[in-house]
Amino acid sequence: MAKLSKEEVKHVAHLARLAITDEEAEKFADQLGKITVFAEQLNELDTTNVEPTSHVLSIVNVMREDVAVKGLDRDVMMLNVKEQEDGQVKVPPILED
Amino acid sequence: MTLFERSARELQEGLHNGEITIADLTNEAFSRIEKLDGDVQAFLALDKDNALKRAEELETIPAEERGPLFGLPIGVKDNIVTEGIETTCASKILKGFIPIYDATVVKKLRDAGMITVGKLNMDEFAMGSSNENSAFKTTKNPWNLNHVPGGSSGASAASVAAGEVPFSLGSDTGGSIRQPAAYCGVVGMKPTYGRVSRYGLVAYASSLDQIGPITRNVYDNALLLEAIAGVDPNDSTSADVPVPNYASSLNGDIKGLRVAVPKEFLGEGVSEEVRQSIYSALEVLKGLGATVEEVSLPHSKYALAAYYILASSEASSNLSRFDGIRYGFRAEGVKNLMELYKETRAQGFGEEVKLRIMLGTYSLSAGTYDAYYKKAQQVRTLIKEDYDKVFENYDVIVGPTAPTAAFKIGDNIDDPMTMYANDILTIPINLAGVPAISIPCGFHEGLPLGLQIIGKHFDEETIYRAAYAYEQATDFHKQTPSTWEVK
Repeated sequence: MAKLSKEEVKHVAHLARLAITDEEAEKFADQLGKITVFAEQLNELDTTNVEPTSHVLSIVNVMREDVAVKGLDRDVMMLNVKEQEDGQVKVPPILED
Repeated sequence: MTLFERSARELQEGLHNGEITIADLTNEAFSRIEKLDGDVQAFLALDKDNALKRAEELETIPAEERGPLFGLPIGVKDNIVTEGIETTCASKILKGFIPIYDATVVKKLRDAGMITVGKLNMDEFAMGSSNENSAFKTTKNPWNLNHVPGGSSGASAASVAAGEVPFSLGSDTGGSIRQPAAYCGVVGMKPTYGRVSRYGLVAYASSLDQIGPITRNVYDNALLLEAIAGVDPNDSTSADVPVPNYASSLNGDIKGLRVAVPKEFLGEGVSEEVRQSIYSALEVLKGLGATVEEVSLPHSKYALAAYYILASSEASSNLSRFDGIRYGFRAEGVKNLMELYKETRAQGFGEEVKLRIMLGTYSLSAGTYDAYYKKAQQVRTLIKEDYDKVFENYDVIVGPTAPTAAFKIGDNIDDPMTMYANDILTIPINLAGVPAISIPCGFHEGLPLGLQIIGKHFDEETIYRAAYAYEQATDFHKQTPSTWEVK
């Protein structure tokens, strides 16, 4: 895997919900290509039967008593919302006509 | 002269015997910030009125209810949420965001009687090694204003080095506390993963991020870690391990301490002056009765590649919450929801953040997941095992914090690989989850150099003991930059 194509980059940008221009797609293709080539040095290591580490602590699940605790006040939670109506968050249309 | 030349203990004495008031200390911070920050550019937000009000309130608390950090001012990195004070992570996408709650560490600072004076600049979302990736300003190194303070907690280190505040909090995902501490000649600790609650720390890479203290000396650093450490019901990755009284074990005695020096830490890319400063530091440790032996951490060279895949993958997931809907910047003139997401993020995030989101999304996407993400997690296991093995026979691992002194603003930035190489001595420590400190150990052309001391999981105590003994035997930490003198 060397250089990514512009189309691949645009697909990744869509997955990441980032609008990018043609120019940016080319720049990202170059930068991601360099980093993935660098990352391929990991293939020098034989990792057969090596467990992946997602977390250094030996924690699996952390449970608490199933008791209701008071959350934050809704009015407070709405303070940073740019567009709202009747205590609800407003967004542009989700479905096209 | 400034009050901030004094240690926490000396400041408490001053408060106790009535020589100074808490308001004097708060005012000292704001007056120094006013005079120095035009040059240093460390602060993104100040909370002067509330801080002064709180100083007055604290004055009424009787002496017997006061702890060792009571009444002292502190600066907080801008990726730690502070109720009522704008928190931006130095990103346009969070411009104007006013948190509605305090991070657990901020609450703990308040419980300790500390006064938060303001928020400190950083690389956007903690992605960078120089503070040049801030969307708002480039913080300068107080030792030479043409040089970077390091990053991503660059302003946390610079503000303490300049004596604007005696204490600060930073965060460290791949070296972001230790490298700026080294560049700015201050003491910076990255605690064990899980030692300090991450609740209210805006997440970059959740399996690596840790909040830690930055101070002018080791003793004060130990006090501040003790104040912020401990298990927290709001962070299920915070560990239920007792928090020792770190400062009480600092007696300067390290006879018999077993010190390991990895040959990989003094190899290619490490400058001659850094190497010499470490050899001198090892002589000091030997003189104090420690034994020093060379060891190997054979997978070190793979840490950087593994880190960039893991950290970027976690970042691409964590930063998906910035969508322009519930808080922060929101793009205008869009037709539908998908466009709102894409335009908000395209306009709100800076270049480096976008690159890492792209890399992470690519690493996690169908068809590449096993080749990149899973492979990197397996390599992480090998790196962690390197450390486990060395710690079977040694108490601490010692080496440089960074391969060079602080570089010039504008240098390096064109080539991402060069910037990444700057992190090579610090990243494996985050992957292994072990604690590590950087303390001053020399100067090169007027810029500080840092000694890194790495310890076992949850053994910050031994790190502090070694760091304190070294510090007491040297005087690098007593030097101050010329910016220290207010004109």
